[in-house]
This record gives sequence, structure tokens and C-alpha cells, in this order.
Amino acid sequence: MNMVQALNSALDVKLAHDPDMLIFGEDVGYFGGVFRVTDGLQKKHGLKRCFDAPIAEGGIIAAAIGMGAYGLRPVPEIQFADYILPAYDQLVSEAARLRYRSGGEFWAPITVRSPYGGGIFGGQTHSQSPEAIFAHITGLKTVIPSTPYDAKGLLIASIEDDDPVIFLEPKRLYNGPFDGRHDQAVKSWAGHPAAEVPEGHYTVPLGKAAVVRSGEAVTVLAYGTMVHVALAGIEDSGIDAELIDLRSIVPLDIDTIVASVKKTGRCVIVHEASRYGGFGGELSALVQERCFFELEAPIGRVAGYDTPYPHAFEWDYFPGPGRVAAALRQVMDGQ
Amino acid sequence: MEPSLPNRARLSLHIPEPPGRPGDLPDFTTLRLSAAGEVDRPPMDASEPSMRELPYRLIRVLDDGGAAVGPWNPHLPVETLVHGLRAMMLTRAFDDRLFRAHRQGKTSFYMKSTGEEAIGAAQSLVLGAGDMCFPTYRVLSWLMARDYPLVELCNQIFSNARDPLKGRQLPILYSARDYGFYSLSGNVGSRFGHAVGWAMASAYRGDDKIALAYIGEGTTAEGDFHEALTFASVYRAPAVLCVTNNQWAISSFSGIAGGQETTFAAKALAYGIPGLRVDGNDFLAIWAATAWAAERARSNLGSTLIELFTYRASGHSTSDDPTKYRPSDEPAHWPLGDPVERLKQHLVALGAWSDDRHEALALELDAAVRAAVREAEQVGTLGKSKPDLREMFEGVFKEPDWRLVEQRRELGL
Repeated sequence: MNMVQALNSALDVKLAHDPDMLIFGEDVGYFGGVFRVTDGLQKKHGLKRCFDAPIAEGGIIAAAIGMGAYGLRPVPEIQFADYILPAYDQLVSEAARLRYRSGGEFWAPITVRSPYGGGIFGGQTHSQSPEAIFAHITGLKTVIPSTPYDAKGLLIASIEDDDPVIFLEPKRLYNGPFDGRHDQAVKSWAGHPAAEVPEGHYTVPLGKAAVVRSGEAVTVLAYGTMVHVALAGIEDSGIDAELIDLRSIVPLDIDTIVASVKKTGRCVIVHEASRYGGFGGELSALVQERCFFELEAPIGRVAGYDTPYPHAFEWDYFPGPGRVAAALRQVMDGQ
Repeated sequence: MEPSLPNRARLSLHIPEPPGRPGDLPDFTTLRLSAAGEVDRPPMDASEPSMRELPYRLIRVLDDGGAAVGPWNPHLPVETLVHGLRAMMLTRAFDDRLFRAHRQGKTSFYMKSTGEEAIGAAQSLVLGAGDMCFPTYRVLSWLMARDYPLVELCNQIFSNARDPLKGRQLPILYSARDYGFYSLSGNVGSRFGHAVGWAMASAYRGDDKIALAYIGEGTTAEGDFHEALTFASVYRAPAVLCVTNNQWAISSFSGIAGGQETTFAAKALAYGIPGLRVDGNDFLAIWAATAWAAERARSNLGSTLIELFTYRASGHSTSDDPTKYRPSDEPAHWPLGDPVERLKQHLVALGAWSDDRHEALALELDAAVRAAVREAEQVGTLGKSKPDLREMFEGVFKEPDWRLVEQRRELGL
């Protein structure tokens, strides 16, 4: 399966087995979503299980919270993560805090799916990576898969979680893995080991990172599309790096990160979102706090530039293997 | 050089102003009020297009002499009327005592419902135990009508060791699930859509529960209001959606929210749902309109928007002095009177109540409030007592993650 099919399969499995789970969002019903993730689900499971919503992101999330408080497990879709900001108040002030402020009387077991990230020439409003603004808000979980297998298992785990989850789908990976070389055609997931996705129910637990590649020289932390870019950068560099796919940034698998950096003594962080105030800053601080005496070089950061997402300059902005390789050489050589 | 202008008058920006400011005489002459009993009561299942005049009229039952008149008279038994009156009087007694507690430094914050007590009291009694109210901070009478323990309210307000919300929430932003009272937050309007989602969930499950939500007239300017109404309309959510028009959003009069241009009830028209405008100081009118809308919701006919036309007789909160922005005697001139006095007058007119009984009940309720405050004070007031500090780290997630565990450990807990 490619990632779209894996996500569709996760939703299909949950719709089949949990009558309290339902899907709604802009264009997700009859049409099956602009990226086809909900394709066929309305026809198979009925109008009430997967339906279209007004173009009102705040209203979508507000309704989902109310449904969650009632006892359902709604899975709303925000069509692009760039459009999530009108719903930010609902996510931050309401979903994230409902359990806390009500003394445990109410909670919002919602999973907000949203395609995020660049690489499809979507310009400023179809390319951003907003994970850091959610990671900063306590009470929300933020999950970002990088393979079809993880996408299905993490999505099922998110839906079954009793806390509100922001599930960001790297749309550049929907139809194939991506190594950051934009002059190459989109590869297919076919033949990729992570594309072997079981048909039925399984979960990938939230808060457990994956070691994608073992290595001794430097630890690379990445998530989403950047896992594939980092892998290409590591190969290009010829450096024996260990690559960790975080899979969720809240909860964060701090133990795996710390064990790896203590082993390698070096760390490079790769993310697609702009650099300043990005989640890489938090990762860098955590690694510095816990691994300072093992570190042999300053922590490296590869990220988007601190500009709005630029249309014509997408491939200059989007971190590629070359920038990853350069960062790896820098932490190895101190140059 | 001046740009050349066409031969027309210059434009000017309109900024609405209320009819009276401090030092002026209160002026309510521009209000459009119907007489008690004057407005027709359509059948509960009437079509929305046949009811489009309703939002421009005012549903009233109690006339100036305290008689219940007209087609909206719900003909309630005396016991129900006394129950409602008691809840309203208890709310007022509690507000007065706890407002004073704030002045004595026992809590950080308080907000009174003064003048609006009929709304929560009537609607609390109309709705069922399984229904859910999505409140604002000015419907304490909802809880009073359902006999929520006074000591628990005081414990929450004092954020003491027995605070049911465990020291995590501003005073009076209660949560009381067993009493059909959803958790409040300080961001006004953000729960209006939750009510619609909750009601949609009830319909999705095939249950029979309905939601009731409040939003202030000032907050109808928020996108939350319009998004919730769109959802309510599109999915025919079984919800009673209320705009409490108490004329003032802190210091901004209702005209700043568009109230001079149309009624808030008329906002329903664009969404294709019925809009009722109701005398919010008339217990019987509120009851009748709510029962009508609730029956529509229970009959799968969808939502109704109800504007509860009332007046915020006190300040916005303990941090507010309304004499700085409106005539100081404006509350006394509100043409729809005081909700407690009007219901009392009605009961007296029925021969079921008297000044003596009223006075005796007021004393009894004040004593009950004093006893509750005293009991909560024994546990402690703000800063003198608080829940176990571990509670600060609980409930962020269902299970705390390593950050919370580590940070709790840093405090030696």
C-alpha cells in the first residue's frame, strides 16, 4: 500500500469496528477527500459515518470536541494543515485543556488529521509544517508518520487514544518515498518494506521512536518527509550516522534519543518547518541538557529558512540531502 | 495637492453610541417591546418560513400586574414557580455573599448574575437530567435550580483543598457533569459549537438527549457563533441555542455587536432556523419558549435560536465598575423590571405567596449561604489552602508523559 491507501485502511478498520468513530471534514464524504484518503468510506460505511462539513475549521473542531465530550471518537480532517489556524483557539483553549480544567469530568478524544508539508509546489498556503505550534501546547499530542506501515498503525493508535491528537500527514509521501532530489520523478512505495501493510487492525504506539538506520558516528533526528531526506543525506555523506524517526513529537521518545546521542556523541536535527522557534530548538535543548558531557560537537540543525513558504524557491527552501550531508560533515569535522 | 473628489459629500465613519452615558438620564425609549400576551405561539412543528416575524417581536407572559397572559402562558403549577423563585433568590443571596468574599480577599474573582437569574433557573427546570447545558458564567441559577451543593461552589471559588476542579480553574468557571453543566473556559463563545457537536452526537447515536447553549450578545460577533449556527442548521442539530442579550459586554453596549441594526434573534433567519425573542426577566416566557424549542429539538426538527432579552444589573465582574460607562441608575429604569420581583408578584397575584413568606425564604437562603461559606472557609480560602500539589500535573493527559513525571519529581512529589 502507499501511504494514502494505508491511511484509508486505518480509517476503514476503525469505521468497521467502532460505531462511535466517525469522520467529517471538507470534501471527505462523497468525493473522498482532495488527497483521496477517505475515498470510498462513505459509500462503504454510510453517509453518517463519513460526511462533508462546511468550510469552517473552527466549527469543525468545535463540533468534534462536543462529539468527543459526548462519548464519540470523531476524526475530523482539516484539508491542509495551513488551514488549521482558524481552529487554533478550539484546539488550544478547548481540546487541549478540557480534561484538565474540568477536573476530569470531560475530555476530547479527537484525532485531527491534516496533510502538511511542502514538496508539491503548493505555495504558502499548502506547504507549511505547523507542528511546533502544537508541540508547545500542553494537552495535545502531535503525531507525524513517515511510512505507510507507521501511518496506519499510528493513526489507529491515535484514534484509540483518549487525548486529542494532531495527526499530520506528510503529503509529499502520500504516493511514494522521497529522497529530496526534486529533479527525480515521484517514486512509488511499491517494493518498499514499509509499504507491506497488513489489511486488518494493528497499532504503532505513540511516543516510541524508530531507529531507521543504526550508526556510530552521529545521531540524526527527523520525522515525516525529512526521514527520507535525511537517509539520502546520510548516504551521500558516507558518514556512519544513526537515523531516528521520532514518529510523534508529543509524546516524545526521549529515552531512545538520549541513548543514541550518548553512544554517538554528536547530533543533527532535521525538520522541514522554519528554523527559528521550531521544534528543533526544543530537541536541541533536550539533547544539550541530557547529553552535554558526551557531546563532541555543537548540535547541528537543518530546517526550512525563516521566510514564508516561497513558491518559486521551493527547492531552495526545502531541506535536501545536500544540506543534511553538509551538516553531518560539519559536526564530524567541526567546520 | 488635494486629490480631486467627485461632487459628493464626504463619507463619515459611524461609531455606535448608547443612548446614555454617566450623568445622563437612562433612556430605553428606543427598545422595541411587545405587550405581554401579544405575540402568537406557532405550533411546535410550524415551518420556519411561517415564523419569520417572531424574531422582531418580544415573547412575554407576565403583564405589569403579575398576571400570566396570552398564548405562551405555560400554566405551570405553583410548586414549580416556587422552585424557580427559590433558585433565583438563592443565586442572588449567593452572589451577594461571594461578591463580598472577594472584597474581603477570600477569592481572586467573582461574577454576579444579578438581573439574569430567571434564565438559568427556568431553563434548568425545563431540560432533563440527561441533557447538557453549555453555560456562560452568568447562569449560576442553572446549578441552583438543580440543588448543586453550595459548599462545593464555595470550595471551587476559594480554590481550596476540596475544590472539585482541583485548583486548576478560575473561580466560577465551574464544571458539573452530573448536573448537566459543561466545563467553562474564559474564551467567550468557544463552547457554542461544542453544544452543536454534542447534540449531533446524540442524534448520531440515536439517543434522545438535547443540548442547550448560551452565548452573550457581544460574543455573537465571534466566528464561533456563526460557525455553530451553520453546523446547527446544516445537520439539524437537536440544540436550543441562546443569546443572552444583557445589553452590556463589559463596557461595550449591544450596539457594538450590531444590536442597533437588528435583533439578535433575527440572526437565525439567515440560517433557516426559528428565532425567538423572549423577555429574559419573565420566568414564564423563558420557560415557554425553551419548552417549545426543546420539543422541536426532541422531535428531530433541529435547532432554535432564542434571544433572551435582559439586563446585566451589576458589573461585568469584581474587576468592573459600571458607573464609569453607563448611567448609575440605569438598572433601576430597565423597563422589563427585576426577574425575582416579577415572579414574586405573579405568585402573590395567584394567592400562593406573600411578602412574609418571601422575607422568610430570603432569610433562610441567606443563612444557608452563610453556613456554606463558613464551611468552605474552614477548609480554607484562596492562598490559605489548596489541593494536593500533585493535582497540578494530573489531567493534562489521561496518563502523564515523562515531562510531567520529571517535573513533578523536581518538586519532590
